[in-house]
Amino acid sequence: MALFDKLKGALSKTKTLLRTDVRDLFRSGEILDESRLAVFEKALIESDMGVAAADSIISELREQHGGRTVQIDAVWGTVKTQLRALLAGEGEARFDAADPLSPLQMAAGGPTVILVAGVNGVGKTTSIAKLAHFLQKNGRSVLLAAGDTFRAAAVEQLTLWSQRLGCEIVTKPQGSDPASVAYAGCERAAEAGIDCCIVDTAGRLQTHKNLMEELGKIRRVIEKRVPGAPQERLLVLDATTGQNGISQASSFSEAIDCTGIILAKLDGTAKGGVVVAIRQKMGMPVKYVGVGEKIDDLQVFDPDDFVEALFTT
Amino acid sequence: MFEGISQGIRGALSFIDRGRLTEGNIREGLRQVRQALLEADVHYDVATAFITRVTEQAVGDRVLKSLRPSEHIIGIVYQELALLMGGPANDSSLHLKRDGVTVVMMCGLQGSGKTTTCGKLAHMLRSRGVAPMLVAADLQRPAAIEQLKILGQQIGVPVYSEDPAQSSPVRVCRNALKEAKKAGDIRVLILDTAGRLHVDDALMRELIEIDNRCQPDQALLVCDAMTGQDAVNSARAFNEALELDGVILTKLDGDTRGGAALSVKAVTGVPIKFVGVGEQIDKLQEFHPERMADRILGMGDIRTLVEDAQRKFDEDEMRRAQEQLEKGEFTLDDFQKQMRQIKKLGSMGEIMKMIPGLGAVAEKMADMNPDQDLRQIDGMIGSMTAEERRNPRIIDRSRRNRIAQGSGTDPADVHKLLKDFDAMSGMMQKMAGMNMRQRMQAVKGMAEGGMLDPGAQLRKEKQRSKRGPMDVVKVREDRKKKRKEAKKQRKKNRR
Repeated sequence: MALFDKLKGALSKTKTLLRTDVRDLFRSGEILDESRLAVFEKALIESDMGVAAADSIISELREQHGGRTVQIDAVWGTVKTQLRALLAGEGEARFDAADPLSPLQMAAGGPTVILVAGVNGVGKTTSIAKLAHFLQKNGRSVLLAAGDTFRAAAVEQLTLWSQRLGCEIVTKPQGSDPASVAYAGCERAAEAGIDCCIVDTAGRLQTHKNLMEELGKIRRVIEKRVPGAPQERLLVLDATTGQNGISQASSFSEAIDCTGIILAKLDGTAKGGVVVAIRQKMGMPVKYVGVGEKIDDLQVFDPDDFVEALFTT
Repeated sequence: MFEGISQGIRGALSFIDRGRLTEGNIREGLRQVRQALLEADVHYDVATAFITRVTEQAVGDRVLKSLRPSEHIIGIVYQELALLMGGPANDSSLHLKRDGVTVVMMCGLQGSGKTTTCGKLAHMLRSRGVAPMLVAADLQRPAAIEQLKILGQQIGVPVYSEDPAQSSPVRVCRNALKEAKKAGDIRVLILDTAGRLHVDDALMRELIEIDNRCQPDQALLVCDAMTGQDAVNSARAFNEALELDGVILTKLDGDTRGGAALSVKAVTGVPIKFVGVGEQIDKLQEFHPERMADRILGMGDIRTLVEDAQRKFDEDEMRRAQEQLEKGEFTLDDFQKQMRQIKKLGSMGEIMKMIPGLGAVAEKMADMNPDQDLRQIDGMIGSMTAEERRNPRIIDRSRRNRIAQGSGTDPADVHKLLKDFDAMSGMMQKMAGMNMRQRMQAVKGMAEGGMLDPGAQLRKEKQRSKRGPMDVVKVREDRKKKRKEAKKQRKKNRR
């Protein structure tokens, strides 16, 4: 399966990291003792999944296999089940890979509005371009609203993308109210009968209270123009982010009640393990993953693949 | 910045205040410190080594038998923290050449904040009288060149760029160097390279080629402070490719616990030179490990504050205010000017965290907004006539109402401001006669005496209740009724 391979490729670094350390560690026939568990804990912590999640896996391992001889498959089975349980959390986090648009709630009539937010430099604009391409590929017309009116040249960056994608874009000069750009975008999408309107926003740190309130305002203004919108409020998260990702997820959720995460930059050595912690603490699902710099490098997230790609050779 | 890590460490260290110290509970406490470090994204190996070092020193007889074991332990943690981040010899200088052009190359992952940091660095150099030039060597990201050009325009620094379709990053950098040498007055050339993954061989080779062909004097890695355990991997890879001279940490103004900061230095040995602490162009600071350790352990950072004040305050203005004070003629006008000076340093919350002992007060005020109060006060003073500012005593009810209307506040607020000002100017006159030490003590006394108790001075943020605004009269009536009923009940019970 192509998708599986791609994700596996992206995660291969993680895998080698976990496997190489761990294969020496858990050899069939040896006794699973504390020092081995400690090394395994290090590997888990290094994936950024957080102390709590790592602890729960370790304690499960200790309970089931501690002090006994290692049955390699049984040990892996425990690790995988535990990790899957953490990722599944409450509610449904499984999306149909055959239907790439299944993670998105589409409006029955009128435009579907997707609001994209995140901290600075996580790859919002690139993810938006990928998402737009993704939607176009699946037969939806797309309009972009360049809501990042703060950063220098952000509007130009999105405009360049819209030209490459061949989709319409609504812009306003730098410094204008982002909510008004969002409103204009929705209006244009509704008038022209465009299926999806993706609203970009400026990157903001979650601690800047007034900027978070601005985000809430953008959402309210969109709702005013298109009732029920924005149907999707996606948070873009950088896979290299550490435990701060939890704070990002909770603050952005407070502002716009995020419906899901796009996990970007999964093609480095970072593991994006923090989504495990986020899923565990807040139940927010990962919907898409970004696995490269090209426009096609966006995939539907599949928790089974995620776990599987971590642990299979 | 670093609040999370400092809270965690302080929490874990609180064991030393409870009861007798034994080797057992020191070990347990330090185990919790390790947990706090890991939660703060400090790299696993670094955290483990840190705790091993601290434990070794902390459980010995020397500590347990010392006069104040608890202070001794905090001392050890402080020292090790500072050492971890670079120690007293941390090198935050850019080593500018006496003459000729110093070339500074910035590199890093995508989205770590390279372009913004280039702008901030150029601004910092320029404000110190060194002429910089920016080079747009990021030909990959759409509109990256425009971003740098706009930044250059904003801060008045020349930007060298070429058409991305007909050039390569290496060529841009080499031509820029020629250009800078020709211009004559340029002293620092800042190369803004494209973001790249440390596992992308082709792009890393390109970076090495720029390094070989342009021979930058300083290769700086820009690193997002929010990065997790992976920070170490990327820093190591960049260091192996380029032999970094320093690291710039960005986005430290979020609530990141900055564990990456602690790890990068420990693992690569490359000093942290600057930290980015805000979106504005002047929010770049030199990094001082000891001051950072102060802050992490909640001891404030008065040195940075004083330096900042010296740089940003208008000296003449301050001297004049001081003279006014000594003469006992401190007016609302002076008060407003002083307030505006203080505002240049940043938000009240930021400032308070830097003053030793006030960090805890700042935390208490998390849900309040002192800056809004300051703005309101500014507005009220702005709505007064010159005569009123000189002599607030003439403000009667009608003037008060006019001021309130002019500044969009309540007459009661105006009244409160005048009362506070009266009390304060009295105090200030007293303080004007003191020397610096006595003054600090007086301020501390105020803080402890509840003068700076946020609850006493500042209003809570407006709360929107679903029941609508509270009616003071109604509440008063309700309370009266309740009191009456209670009284009745007491009487009944007596019978």
